Amino acid sequence: MHELSIAMGIVELAEKEAEKAGSNTIEAIELEIGTLSGVELEALEFAWPVAVKGTALELAKKIVHQPQGKARCTRCGLEYPIENLFDSCPECNCYLKDILQGKELRIKSITIPD
Amino acid sequence: MHKISKNKGQKITISIPEGSPAHDHSHTDSTGRVIELGKDIMQFNDVGAARNRGYFDARKLMAINLVSSPGSGKTSLLEKTLHDLKDKIRFYVIEGDQQTLNDANRIDALNIPVVQVNTGTLCHLESDMVYEAVKSLDPEPESVLMIENVGNLVCPAKFNLGEDFRVVIISTTEGDDKPIKYPDMFDTSQVCIINKIDLLPYVPFDVEKAKDYARQVNPHLEFFEVSATTGEGMEQWYQWLTSKMK
Repeated sequence: MHELSIAMGIVELAEKEAEKAGSNTIEAIELEIGTLSGVELEALEFAWPVAVKGTALELAKKIVHQPQGKARCTRCGLEYPIENLFDSCPECNCYLKDILQGKELRIKSITIPD
Repeated sequence: MHKISKNKGQKITISIPEGSPAHDHSHTDSTGRVIELGKDIMQFNDVGAARNRGYFDARKLMAINLVSSPGSGKTSLLEKTLHDLKDKIRFYVIEGDQQTLNDANRIDALNIPVVQVNTGTLCHLESDMVYEAVKSLDPEPESVLMIENVGNLVCPAKFNLGEDFRVVIISTTEGDDKPIKYPDMFDTSQVCIINKIDLLPYVPFDVEKAKDYARQVNPHLEFFEVSATTGEGMEQWYQWLTSKMK
């Protein structure tokens, strides 16, 4: 379960950014975790309370956006939704593609007290 | 032989270069102040990976990250490779396992410098562990660093170690649909080694089917079909390895 490492990475980054803005508490955090990011939301939920305990994020409200997978076929140029990395183009069946969306693993924003 | 135990509570502090400056603005619907970040969560690992890459390049060290499920024959393949090429190539090895020195002892028996990293509860190697390990190895220039990751086909996929190549190993005693069951690992690898081909007469594994599945995930994968036990197919793998040295 690498989600604990990832949750701890979120804490480290969020705390540093909050500190830069002069705060040691975070009221809310907005995450973007794409469906192709390799991170299981359930596992992250499970790891979250352990990772945030005693940190600036302990009481923070967590909002998770989940961008859906989207790819562009490198053969015919069609943009199509994908659920799996091995999905092929619905038009030409080609597996070569550029992933346009779904691999996001980002902190979109944090909210600190005014 | 050295041993590094990783305690997640003692992370190495790395100064992170700033990307686009975060801009602050107030939202009227919130009591607090919203700071837009848009920052990659994996930077806690990726900054260290970039540092490792710089270290490897500076020493003309080719680093290979070996990943697979437990039991694919990763350590046997490594042993065989080291045994057959150690007179031609200077090797260094980092062994990642949750517990024990067993794998490092197997490499040590070949008189190859090795560091065992015990990850404890962690199911993968991270870039800072590799940095500590490689520093203690202090490798000579123009050599090859083999990093044997923790046996796990899921978690190590997300953690760039700064390696030049990621090599995923599957064996014929596993299901031939492994590539689409665990696509992330095949997506992020450049080479796929199919091991234990000497057992093909006795198992239902279909090599072509496995390759097709793997190509569906990653059409750029390069394949080697080998048996680390009999040595069959190892020559092509050795040629590839030698040709990629810095």
